[in-house]
Amino acid sequence: MVTNITNLGRSGLSDWLLQRASAIVLALYSLFLVGYLLLNPGLDYATWSGLFAQTWMRIFSLLAFVSLAAHAWVGLWTVTTDYLKPTGIRVATQFIIILAIFVFLVWGIQVLWGA
Amino acid sequence: MSMLQVSLYRYNPETDTAPYMEEFQIDTQGRDIMVLDVLHMAKERDSSLAFRRSCREGVCGSDGMNMNGKNGLACITPLSEVVKKGKLTLRPLPGLPVIRDLVVDMGLFYKQYERIQPYLQNDTPAPAIERLQSPEDRDKLDGLYECILCACCSTSCPSFWWNPEKFVGPAGLLQAYRFLADSRDEATRERLAELEDPFSVFRCRGIMNCVAVCPKGLNPTRAIGKIREMLLANAT
Repeated sequence: MVTNITNLGRSGLSDWLLQRASAIVLALYSLFLVGYLLLNPGLDYATWSGLFAQTWMRIFSLLAFVSLAAHAWVGLWTVTTDYLKPTGIRVATQFIIILAIFVFLVWGIQVLWGA
Repeated sequence: MSMLQVSLYRYNPETDTAPYMEEFQIDTQGRDIMVLDVLHMAKERDSSLAFRRSCREGVCGSDGMNMNGKNGLACITPLSEVVKKGKLTLRPLPGLPVIRDLVVDMGLFYKQYERIQPYLQNDTPAPAIERLQSPEDRDKLDGLYECILCACCSTSCPSFWWNPEKFVGPAGLLQAYRFLADSRDEATRERLAELEDPFSVFRCRGIMNCVAVCPKGLNPTRAIGKIREMLLANAT
């Protein structure tokens, strides 16, 4: 048993499952957005804004944002533990990554649910 | 005369400040001999050359090394399989400390093997005869017990290179599953609890170098997948 405190789920198993579940959500969201853009070639602001005004789209988008945050945390945490060997540099990098993920997530929620 | 250009990794910590490659011209007389035979021919020229070997038939697992960039056992690898453009480059197994020439320190590899407790754990009093197993249960151990611990797989695995003290590695995990899958073993729960952290099993990224190099044709990636399935079944 190897102890870890900076990975998302505190367990390799939960990180692994989260990574897969979030990947499915992100794949579905990407496919939906690409499909929507292909089906609406002359897209204007009103239609685009109308799409994101609907509750189901907001829930879907928020789910995608949360999934992206979790996916990025698990993935980048793995990269730092593979390649950054000095503890100080590794912990600092992990802190910056987690902070950035938090900021982007809150910012994304504000864009989505704000005026 | 058919000369083979052999490039050998040399390093003697007592006399060399850094490792270097030494060139040998070996006359194979056109025969498709094994890489180990070539090493013996080189050693006849320079007896200071150090490498491990024992059974010379792929059973003991002593002569695992990197041949033209791919790990394998020198004794069962014919030249026709590895030589490219008349050239053969031999290096020690990657990722482990070199003791001398092609001899590496397998300490970390064995430490990870020890960690998975590679022995049957059963506290039920032993019956008068053997602990019996159905033929179907015995079949589950095929493709697992054959491992000879040559370390070709673990030393070809980037995840093991980066975290050899935390990631068990393909060889250790193949054996971990060998005991998880054994119907006679009673420590399944404790074994799984030791493996659920982000490194021991989950540092495997499915690169499958282990499968590509295993001289016994075993599949550690599949065993790792089975361990993940057991962990998931146990925790959800």
